[in-house]
Amino acid sequence: MIDLVKTYGLDAAWMAVKIGVIIGVVLFGVAYLTYAERKVLGAMQKRQGPMTVGPFGLLQPIADGLKLFSKETIIPAQAHRVVFLFAPIMLFTLALVAWAVIPFDLGMVLADINVGILYLFAISSMGVYGVIMAGWASNSRYAFLGGLRSASQMVSYEVSMGLVIVCVLLATGSLNLTEIVMTPRPWPVQVLLFPMFIVFLVSILAETNRSPFDLPEGESELSGGFMVEYSAMTFALFFLGEYANMILMSAMATILFLGGWLPPFGMESLSFVPGVVWFGLKTCLILFFFIWARGTFPRYRYDQLMRLGWKIFLPFTLIWVVVTAGCLMMFDALPG
Amino acid sequence: MIQVAAFYLFASVLTACALAVICARNPVHSVLFLIACFFSAAGLFVLLGAEFIALILVIVYVGAVAVLFLFVVMMLDISFQDLRRGAMQYVPLGLGIGLVLLVELFTLYRAWPERTPVITAESTAIENTEALGRIIYTDYLFAFQVSGLILFVAMIGAIVLTHRCRPDVRRQKVAEQNRRKPSDVLEIKKVSSGSGA
Repeated sequence: MIDLVKTYGLDAAWMAVKIGVIIGVVLFGVAYLTYAERKVLGAMQKRQGPMTVGPFGLLQPIADGLKLFSKETIIPAQAHRVVFLFAPIMLFTLALVAWAVIPFDLGMVLADINVGILYLFAISSMGVYGVIMAGWASNSRYAFLGGLRSASQMVSYEVSMGLVIVCVLLATGSLNLTEIVMTPRPWPVQVLLFPMFIVFLVSILAETNRSPFDLPEGESELSGGFMVEYSAMTFALFFLGEYANMILMSAMATILFLGGWLPPFGMESLSFVPGVVWFGLKTCLILFFFIWARGTFPRYRYDQLMRLGWKIFLPFTLIWVVVTAGCLMMFDALPG
Repeated sequence: MIQVAAFYLFASVLTACALAVICARNPVHSVLFLIACFFSAAGLFVLLGAEFIALILVIVYVGAVAVLFLFVVMMLDISFQDLRRGAMQYVPLGLGIGLVLLVELFTLYRAWPERTPVITAESTAIENTEALGRIIYTDYLFAFQVSGLILFVAMIGAIVLTHRCRPDVRRQKVAEQNRRKPSDVLEIKKVSSGSGA
C-alpha cells in the first residue's frame, strides 16, 4: 500500500490539481457565458441586459447560482426517483469529462490519448442519455415529448457530425487532437474543408439543443421540455451541463477547423501571445456565433429539422467525404 | 496493480449490470443497465490496449444503437402484470439454453491453447487504429466490403418493410415553395367603393 502511494501519490495529486483547474475554468466560463449571452442578446434587442448586481451586472451569474442553491429540490410523486436524480448528474459529468482530452496549448492537455477525437465524439454522443432519462423519469407528458424529440434530433445530427470529422481526419491523418492542430494545412485543403466547417457549426447547434434547434425545450409547445419537472440544484446541473457542452463543442470546432492555439491565419508575428489566449479567443468566437444564431433565427419546425439533418446534411457530407478523399488522392496530398 | 484493480472494477460492474438487465422489472431499467454493460465492456477493451475498438463500441452501441433501443422500449405500452404472468413457462427453455452455453464455454476454456501471445499496441509499436486499418483494407478487404454490403441490404430491407406511403399526410414541398412567384398567387384588384371584391 505504501509502495502504491509512493509510486502514484505525487502523480495523483498533481493530476487532481490539473483536473481542479480545468473544472474551475470551465465552470467560470459557463457562469460568464450566461452573462455574455444575456448581454449580447440585450444589445441585439436594444436592451441593457443584467445591470443591477455588481458593476455592469457582473455578479449576476453568482446571484443566479446562489438562488438555485437555496431553492428546494422537488421530486414529482410519480417520478422514477433514481433515474430522475441520475439524469442531470450524468449530463453534467459527461460535459466535464470530455475536457480531459482538449489541448489548450501545445502539450497543455490532461490526457494526450491517441484517439482523442473519437473520445470526444463518444462522450458527446452519450450526452443524449441525460436528456432521454430526464424526459422518461419525470413521468410527465411534456418532459417525455421533449426527451423523445431530443433523442431523435441528437442521433440525426451525430451522423453528419461524424462524417464531418472523417473529412478532417482525411486531411490530417491522425486521431490525436494535438496532431490534428499541428498538421499543416495548405490553402486548397482549407478551401476543401470550409463547407464542412459550416455543416459542423450548424450540427453543433442541433447537438447542444440550442436555438434555432431548441425544440426539446421549446417553451411555446412543451413549456420547458425535458427539464420541466426539475427545480433548484437538479435544474442547475442541467443548465451548467448544457452550457459546458456549448463551450466544449466550440473548443472542438476550434481544434478541428480554426487551428486551436496557433495564431490566426498563420501569422508568425503574433506568436508572442500565449497559445491559450488564442484558443480562448477562437472558442469565444464560436460561442458568439451560438448567441448570435439565437438572437437571429426563429425556431425550426420539427419536420424541417429532420429534413435538414437527413435529406441535406447527410447526403452532402457523404458526398464531401468522397470528394475530399478523391482530391487528396489525386493531388497526392494524403498525410502519412 | 492499478490495472488489476481497474480490471476487477470493470469486470464486476459488467457482470452485475448484465445480471441486472435480466432481473430488472422495468424494461427501461433493463436497457439502462445494458448501456452500463456496454460502457464497462469498453473499459475492458481500453485495458487490453484496444482503445479504438473501445471507443467505437461506445460511439456505435452506446451512442446510437442503445438510444434507439431505449426510444422504442420507452414508447411501448407494456402492462407489467401481463408480462410477468406468462414468464414462468419459459424458465425450462431458458435454463436449457443457459446450460448449453455454459457447457460450451467450459469446453472452450479447457481446449484453449495455453499462453497465446497477445498482440497489443505496445508490442507492435504502431497505433491500433492504424494496425486495424491496415489489416481490414489489405488482407480482409473482401470480407469487409461484403459485410458492408450485407448491412446495406439489411438497411434497404428494413426501410422497404416499414415504409408506408400515406397519401393523406401533408408534406412541405420546399422546391415548389421556392419556385412560386408572387405573380402566380397574388393578384391586385381595384375595388371600387360600394361593391365587393
